[in-house]
This record gives sequence, C-alpha cells and structure tokens, in this order.
Amino acid sequence: MTRQLSPRPFTRPADPGAGTAKIPRRRWTARSRRDFFVFLAMALPNLVLIAVFTYRPLLSNMYYSTLDWTLGSPTATVVGLDNYVTFFSSSDAPKVLGTTAVFTLVTVGGSMVLGLLVALALNAKVRGTTFARSAVFAPYVLSGVGVGLVWLFIFDPGYGVLAWLLRGLGQQSPQWINDPQLSLVMVILVYVWKNLGYCAVVYLAGLQSLPKEVMEAASLDGANGFRRFMAISLPLLSPTTFFLLITTMLSSLQAFDLIRIMTPLGTGTSTLIYEAYLQAFGAYNRAGYSAAISVVLFAILLVITVLQLRFVERKVHYS
Amino acid sequence: MTSLSPVDPDPAAPAVPGPAPDLGRDRPLSRRNLIQTIVGGYLPLLIATLVVFLPLLWMVLSSFKQSGEIVTTDLKILPESLNLDNYRTAMTTVPFAQFFLNSTIVTLAGATIKVILAILTAYALVFVRFPFRNFIFVLILVALMVPPQVSILPNFILIAGIGGKNTLWGIILPGLGTAFGTFLLRQHFRTLPNSILESAEMDGAGHWRRLWQIVVPVSVPSIATVALVTIVTEWNDYIWPLIITDRPETMTLPVGLTLLQNSESNAAGWGVLMAGAVLVIVPILIIFAALQRYIVAGLTQGSVTG
Repeated sequence: MTRQLSPRPFTRPADPGAGTAKIPRRRWTARSRRDFFVFLAMALPNLVLIAVFTYRPLLSNMYYSTLDWTLGSPTATVVGLDNYVTFFSSSDAPKVLGTTAVFTLVTVGGSMVLGLLVALALNAKVRGTTFARSAVFAPYVLSGVGVGLVWLFIFDPGYGVLAWLLRGLGQQSPQWINDPQLSLVMVILVYVWKNLGYCAVVYLAGLQSLPKEVMEAASLDGANGFRRFMAISLPLLSPTTFFLLITTMLSSLQAFDLIRIMTPLGTGTSTLIYEAYLQAFGAYNRAGYSAAISVVLFAILLVITVLQLRFVERKVHYS
Repeated sequence: MTSLSPVDPDPAAPAVPGPAPDLGRDRPLSRRNLIQTIVGGYLPLLIATLVVFLPLLWMVLSSFKQSGEIVTTDLKILPESLNLDNYRTAMTTVPFAQFFLNSTIVTLAGATIKVILAILTAYALVFVRFPFRNFIFVLILVALMVPPQVSILPNFILIAGIGGKNTLWGIILPGLGTAFGTFLLRQHFRTLPNSILESAEMDGAGHWRRLWQIVVPVSVPSIATVALVTIVTEWNDYIWPLIITDRPETMTLPVGLTLLQNSESNAAGWGVLMAGAVLVIVPILIIFAALQRYIVAGLTQGSVTG
C-alpha cells in the first residue's frame, strides 16, 4: 500500500511555530538551545530508523548490484555493471519487463475504470450507499495472502466455483494455474477486485466535491446525464484521475502478496519485484543480481514519483 | 477528511451515465421513476456489494465443509453442518495458535511504537524550533515514497547479521520508522490554533506537558486514524516476515498460512485452507466494520486537496 503526499504540503503561509520568534532575544538563545535538544529527543529515534531501514538500503542495493554474490556466502566478487548487462541482454529482461508492463497497465486501467463506475453508482441518491461504500472498500484492507487463497480456491480447475459454473454452461475450466498466460490473467483479476474499492472511494470524494453551480448550469442547458458526465464531470475529475494513476501505478509495481500466494513459482507472473525476490530468496540466492533488478525497479518508481511531484504544482489551477 | 464524508452527495451530480431524461421527475412514485431508481440506483450498488461479499461468504461456508463436500463435481452451497474440523486440522497441522499470538504481538508492539514515534516526530516538526526543520520534513516525505519491497535484501542482511532472524524483534524493528504517521499527524498538528498552545506556554507548561495535555487530547481522531491504518498494515504485512522467519515458532499469520498451503496442497485441503484464511481475514474485517470511517479516511488521505 503506497501512500502519497497531500497535493499541497508546502503552501500554508503561516507557520504556527513562527509565533515563538517574537520572544525577546535574550531568552531566545537559551530557549533555542533547549528546543534544539527537545527536538532531537523527540524526532531522532524515528529519523534514525528511517535512515537505517529506508535510506541505507537504497545505497546498499546499488553497491550489492555491482557484486557477483551468493546470498549467505562470505565472499563476493566485484563485477561492475555485469549484473545489469546480464539482465538486459538475457531473455529475462523482455519477459520480466513485459510481465510488469502488462500487469501494471491492466491492473491500473481496470481498477480505475471499474472504480469510477462504482463511484458513480455510490453517488446515486438512494439508500444504502454508505454501507455499499464500506463494502467495496473492504477488500483493500484485507490480507493479500488470505484473499489470494480464497480466490485460488474459486479458480481451482477441479473443484472451484468457477469450474462448476463453466460446467453448467457445458465448458471446461481453463487451466488457470498451469497455463502461464492464464495465471497472469487470474492474478490481475484478483488484484483488480482487491484494489478497485480504493479507486471508487477516491473517485467518489472527487465527484462529491464537484462545483454544484456548474452541474446545475449544465442541467438547465439540457445536457443529459451522460453528456454532463463526459463534458463536465470527467474533465473536472482529472486531478483525481491523475492522482489515482500515480498511486495505483506505484502500488501495482510493488504487488507481491497475491503473486506469491497464487503463483509461488512466478510462472507467467514474474514482475520486477517478484523476480528480485525469487533471485535472492528463491532457489538461486543470487543477491547481486537481485539487487540490480531492485535498482531498476526503484529507478522506474522514482521517475513516476518525480512526475507526480511536478504535477503537484500544476494541480493548484484546478481547485 | 471532510470530503470523504459519505453523507450529502452532490444533488446535481449525475447519478449514473446513461439516458436519464428529465421527464416525469415531478411524480416521485411514478412507475417509470421507480424502475429508473432500481435499475440506475440500487442494481449497480447491489452488484458491487455482491462481487465483494460472495467470495468472502464462500470462504466462510467452505471452512465448515468436510473434504467430501468439497472434492465433488456436484457443488453444494451450504455446508452440511457447522463443524469445526477444518479449524482443528489447521491448528494441529501447523501451530496456528502460535502464529496468532505472534501476529498479535508484532501488530500491537509495532503499532504502539510507531504511533508514539509519529506523535513525537510530528510535534517536534511543528512546534519545536530547529534548524533545517523543513528539510528534515522533506526527507521524511521522500521516505514515504520508497517502497519497502526494494529494501528487503539489504535489511535482511543487516537484521540477519545482528541475530534477528526468527525473532519477533527482527520482524518488528525494520518497519518502526514511520514516515506515513509522521506526515499525517504533522499535517493535522499544523491546523491546531496557536492560541491554545500560547496560553499553555504562558502558564509555564513545557513541550512535554503541552504535547500530552493539549496536542494529543485534541488530536484523538487523527491519532486513531494513524493507529488503525498502522494496525491493519502490520497485521497484513507479508514480504518481510516471510523472509526473516523460516521456523514456525516466530512466523506471523500470513506466513503461517503459506506454510499451511504447502502442507495442504491437495484438493481435500481447501476446507482447511479456508479455515486458515478466515482466521487471518476476519479479525481485520471486524475492526474495519467497526471503525471504517477512520481507516478509509487514513488510507485515502491526500487524495483530495487538503
């Protein structure tokens, strides 16, 4: 679950702490020295933890990625950029990057489109929307491992509900588990099921904050529901759409739980993050190679994040 | 958070895309209006709710079924009886009670420490003068965007190196630094009126008293949001406990469920696996049902301007 910063974290003009500056200079010095230590006592533990377990690994990964190193082995050979060369020149790269691209694009597109449709349904003026809103959000907070197992049972070609339904229609169940392409389809479907509630709730909040006057004016002009939606709501929702595009893309690129539980060997479903996991903690223990893949993944995530930060400034024009 | 309120939907917003002529609106109970309300309003809601609920219902029903009721081409929807054999099997095949205890300890200890660290850091960032305070905040913001998945290998090597493999503290420690909680609470603390803190300062209250006697009591909803989101995340956390534990004594529930999956790999094991899934999913489902407002608000924070 990736969480993003609020669109405008820096623009608040008045700093509440600024009031303290009005205190006479003589006391300010003693005070500021005391504050200095109070700040350290309060913030340092958290800052150290973030530095050690979030920032340090980024640098370590870059270093490890230059090593030919078996996980657990005391020795390693420096090989420069060989791991990257191996990855990009082997058949791994097109396979892994292709799987990552398909998984990411389809899950992002699927959760956003379905999320918007569900948001429109939740925005209807009928009873029960509050309950339905909680219900569709629920899968987002549930354990990916538990959810993955439940769906694996539903997809089971022998005794699953889906196979039973298909038999009723005179069809054979597809081999969801053994066929690599169908495995990918299966994981994508479950991922969308788990995440579309998030998109729906965010879109619903966007829909409910649309300016009423504009919608009323369009209504008086005789625009029907569909035209009002296409011509007015959708363009006005574009900040929400962009926000969701970024956040869901970042989380899709990090999807792990469902892939691990539904397709442990990663056959057909080995995205960058899963390949990095398999290489280090699977059969091969290739730590250096795994680190190189992690660095590639991080580079992609960084580009997306920078795009988002650039957009934060533009977003102000809409609201 | 206010914009996430489920009440007061924009009355002028389009209900559902599709031809919705304005004719006949004046008679609220006209036949045409009724059909339109059902098809355009209730039906989509019902479908969306069922798509979420049916798989979970199926999980619960299947957890009570004997293997004979599952390994059959003739699907039975309801279990023959509410017997708990699958739960018993799940508990004895793998030490599920131990997993449950481990998950509870990891979740409660991790969440408590994280919330306290978040409160302290956020207070310091907003109310205590310090050079480069904003720069430090930016570093925390950037950390918010670093996915934990890319850090697992270096953290594994560090934690395993200091003897944290197969220990509960080894599971908890790397996740303790909290950028999310700090960010969310900082944004909230900044909205507190200056006057209440100034009057406390006049009374001679130091930072410590101002924090616990004023800032924390007036920020309970925000702190609850951070706490609940943290609890849910810790409980579901998978990749890190999976890597740092390989002995059942210290596994958490999601990892233990993977172990159960390996030992119940034939079709007859589905009932047992569904029982295991119930034990992992239902506690969070209950917490979510009771406190969903806070959780939804926390997880979608930042989506709407504000």
